[in-house]
Amino acid sequence: MSIRALDTAEPGLKDLTAPEVGAQTARGRFWSKLRRSPSALVGLVILALYVGLALVGPFLVPFDPGHDILRDQFLPASPHHLLGTDDLGRDEFLMIVYGARYTLYLGFLAVAIGLAVGLPLGAASGYFGGWVDLLVQRLTDVLLAFPGILLALALVAGLGVGLRNVIIAVGVSSIPIFIRLVRASALSIRELPYVEAARALGVPSWLILLRHVVPNSLAPVIVQATLQLGAAILVAAGLGFLGLGVQKPTPEWGSMLGEARTYIFTDANLVTLPGLAIFGAVLAFNLVGDGLRDALDPRLK
Amino acid sequence: MLTYVARRVLVSIPTVFGVATVIFMMVRLLPGDPARVIAGVLATPEDVDRIRHQFGLDQPLYVQYVTYLFHLLTGDLGTSTRTGQPVTQEIFSRLPYTLELAVVSTVIAVVVGVTVGVIAATRRGSVLDLAISALAVFGLSMPVYWLGLMLIILLAIDIHAFPAAGAQNPLGFVLPSITLALFSLALVARQSRSAMLEVLGQDFVRTARAKGAPVRTVLVKHALRNALLPVVTVIGLQFGALIGGAVLTETVFSWPGVGRLLVDSIFSRDYPVVQGVVLMLAVAFIVVNLLVDLLYAYVDPRIRYS
Repeated sequence: MSIRALDTAEPGLKDLTAPEVGAQTARGRFWSKLRRSPSALVGLVILALYVGLALVGPFLVPFDPGHDILRDQFLPASPHHLLGTDDLGRDEFLMIVYGARYTLYLGFLAVAIGLAVGLPLGAASGYFGGWVDLLVQRLTDVLLAFPGILLALALVAGLGVGLRNVIIAVGVSSIPIFIRLVRASALSIRELPYVEAARALGVPSWLILLRHVVPNSLAPVIVQATLQLGAAILVAAGLGFLGLGVQKPTPEWGSMLGEARTYIFTDANLVTLPGLAIFGAVLAFNLVGDGLRDALDPRLK
Repeated sequence: MLTYVARRVLVSIPTVFGVATVIFMMVRLLPGDPARVIAGVLATPEDVDRIRHQFGLDQPLYVQYVTYLFHLLTGDLGTSTRTGQPVTQEIFSRLPYTLELAVVSTVIAVVVGVTVGVIAATRRGSVLDLAISALAVFGLSMPVYWLGLMLIILLAIDIHAFPAAGAQNPLGFVLPSITLALFSLALVARQSRSAMLEVLGQDFVRTARAKGAPVRTVLVKHALRNALLPVVTVIGLQFGALIGGAVLTETVFSWPGVGRLLVDSIFSRDYPVVQGVVLMLAVAFIVVNLLVDLLYAYVDPRIRYS
């Protein structure tokens, strides 16, 4: 779902950067800019590694959930267990590989929820103005008033733990930022001559929103969605670390880190590795997001 | 100015009201029976009924809501189901610890962040600038809880430089403060760098240079003073990340602050305390942002208070 949201990049970018040149050139310019950005390149390479791990990993290393043999606990790294084993004798390398799936799945779904709710609300709020705007903006104020991880934390406290609820909680907490972003774009787009022309022709508002307002506000949304993926992963793993996220047998990096905390004095690897995995994933999305911003922002040369 | 302050304060009242309402609804409207949850799995149906009555959960929803708001207005956040103490007392006994961390971290983040950001801006494109920018992205991507645990491994276990946990030892605040500061530091550094770059390209800076003003004077008097304005906004915004980070940092370092209280209360299903802490932190965030907005208007003569 959210992959599709990222893919819709081109029409938005085209419109943003192509007032005087052909669409193909604008797109080419964007790609050449992105290619020259070292941060985007490094980010994309790390990201490809994670996606590969998530997609191919489970086929290369068959997972045996029954393989939590207590006799094997806290084994050091060896050819048999590449990264050693954890407190239940489970292979740490397998756990990390499987974790990539949950982390990416969680991040994409959460951001998809944020986009699915934030985009239409923001567009309507900016385009219609008036009481719609007032209502949506007060709602946004309230959601933004919960600092940092707190909204997700409070939601999980009410909904209960588990993968689905974590996705909902993290998704809801990424709604307001998209509302604000799309609203700001919609405010300027609704004044443009072609939107006025569409209105004069009697095009219904929902169609104007869908065809003109949303596509033209996509550029900043794509940047934010990329950065938000990193943030969502960070928050979800934070919940897992607190023991309020994805629960036990699921190899989620945050909860692995939280459980390993007990063994920090005996087996520091169990703390280091899942954290490194989270850090790498967040870093990748942040780097790509920064690169996209530089390539899309017409103000930066 | 006074009317501007009054208007800003008035505008944030509905937000506080909305936050209180959302928190009320989270417990009442989400799936699950709060009375059963508070009573625990071993409770008999009679126990559950007793608790339902005790917390007023057998009243119609609007009655509960009005009672809740009325209690809030009188500063009554309810009673902890775990300790039987008033929630306000629970919070205030933990608040100094969180404030200590928050203040020290903010100072670290602002002082180091601005310095590093200015250095990067003045040496744009240099290796140092690249290194600082790279470190800033690292800082923004680092899970706070992991950073804390890494610091414990390096500085508390491998070399016994600092205590790994707790607030008893006077040196105990060092690692949690650094942990909590890093994200904000990276944010401030980035913002100061780009603000500084923008100001350095302005005409008045060129004029100052052209008339032969010393480099230092140009940097500090002309550039930095103007670059600090957007930085002030970021300091307000990062306060949110700081509060969220405090919940995690306090868990890592067993720090007896409000964040730890919140997590413990979620686990023991002490809903009055959960509600109280979340409300208190959200209101603190609203107030800080309000203060930053006012400060901004005060510092920047271009903003008119209309």
